[in-house]
Amino acid sequence: MSTTNIAEKVTQIIVDKLGCDEAQVKPEASFTTDLGADSLDIVELVMEFENQFEMSIPDDKAEQIQTVGDAISFIEQAHKA
Amino acid sequence: MRRVVITGLGAVTPLGNDVGTFWNALLAGTSGANLITKFDTTLFKTKFACELKNFDPLTYIEKKEVSRLDPSAIYAIAAGTQAVEDSGILSSFNPDRVGVLWSSGIGGILTFQQEITNFATGNGTPRFNPFFIPKMIPDISAGHISMKYGFRGPNFAPVAACASSTIAIADAFMYIKYGRIDACVAGGSEAAITEGGIGGFNAMKALSERNDDYLTASRPFDATRDGFVMGEGGCGLILEELEHALKRGAKIYCEIVGAGLTADAHHLTAPHPEGLGAYNVMKNAIEEAGLSVNQIEYVNVHGTSTPLGDIAELKAIKQLFGDAAYNLNISSTKSQTGHLLGAAGAIEAIACIKSVQEDIIPPTINFTTPDENIDQKLNLTLNKVEKRIVNAALSNTFGFGGHNASAVFKKYTG
Repeated sequence: MSTTNIAEKVTQIIVDKLGCDEAQVKPEASFTTDLGADSLDIVELVMEFENQFEMSIPDDKAEQIQTVGDAISFIEQAHKA
Repeated sequence: MRRVVITGLGAVTPLGNDVGTFWNALLAGTSGANLITKFDTTLFKTKFACELKNFDPLTYIEKKEVSRLDPSAIYAIAAGTQAVEDSGILSSFNPDRVGVLWSSGIGGILTFQQEITNFATGNGTPRFNPFFIPKMIPDISAGHISMKYGFRGPNFAPVAACASSTIAIADAFMYIKYGRIDACVAGGSEAAITEGGIGGFNAMKALSERNDDYLTASRPFDATRDGFVMGEGGCGLILEELEHALKRGAKIYCEIVGAGLTADAHHLTAPHPEGLGAYNVMKNAIEEAGLSVNQIEYVNVHGTSTPLGDIAELKAIKQLFGDAAYNLNISSTKSQTGHLLGAAGAIEAIACIKSVQEDIIPPTINFTTPDENIDQKLNLTLNKVEKRIVNAALSNTFGFGGHNASAVFKKYTG
């Protein structure tokens, strides 16, 4: 999967799960402060990333995913590996 | 003692998704039954139920919330919202003195079923959705309604199977009567038309299996009745202290004057054969109301269309009311709505309230064949509405476990 496709898919998942505008989903946007997610929302998001990208995100890594950009780079790295 | 009146109603039901539509359909004698659309019933003994029709959750909640709420909570928010808006209470209330008592007999059974199925068909890794528990627990509807409006009074879910939401109403009445709160959203919702819900009640032989004539399957008091028909939906009431309601110029539907709660202490699912718990609960409710039995005109019975239950309840009515039983109008609106389990008390409370308000009795439909075990001199309001002055109406609900709850609604006459 290309880098652009990953970013697009991540954006779509975030829009679906958090019900926010696509325009808000910028790389620097924080899930909690900018996109209104609470702790349960983030767990659900991470699970959806795991399902859609067929990967496993350990809890200690998931805790480091705070922004849209964090999520995209983590998934990109995992796909390169 | 403080008096309590009903100032708001809300309903999403198999007969319509607002109180007016529901009530008009009920008076018209409409069957709410349909072949189940929610899942494939090929292998199920019962293939029909009373589902909501054309209900759109997005009327009440945002799109992203739909997947985070069990249908039982969505129906609660819908009916609760209607009731709150109907009452106009938001114009004048102390948030610390408004409660929400909202029941469900089961809670989020669809959510439970989906999450356990996912787990059981996986590789054993416990990957549960983080919303699994808060979607499933039966008290969450009360929480959602409180969060929507900022109502910070007592907040919980009375759970007593099919008597649940009558208990919510009875408890709300008590809290207001004794001065703890000024007003309360009380009601119930249920969404158990799922594989687990239908299959589970089928296993108990509790459901009608009349698939070839499902529209008339819910036939309380009929000799050929063969079990209840599952319904779904949510219904809510606003109970409010009389002076509080008068002060803000609220519309008053009627007064709630009595409630009773008892147990059969007899059997897991079967009613006491002589209707002992039913007798006691009606007696308690009428006594608290300060009425004599001949001051009640209408009894909306639990009357689920099961062979044993209908007979036990009528026995109890005859025993308690004596000769006055023959002057009553008795009806089972479950013949039309199906059995909404934890929402049954609330939907039937609305039937009683509207009956008191409009002086008309909704009928027991689908009756064709008299049962020799039922006293045919009783007026069971068969097949068509009857107009009569209704000063007071009694609503009965009974639940598996032997829980009994009744409430008395009376005309408000100042």
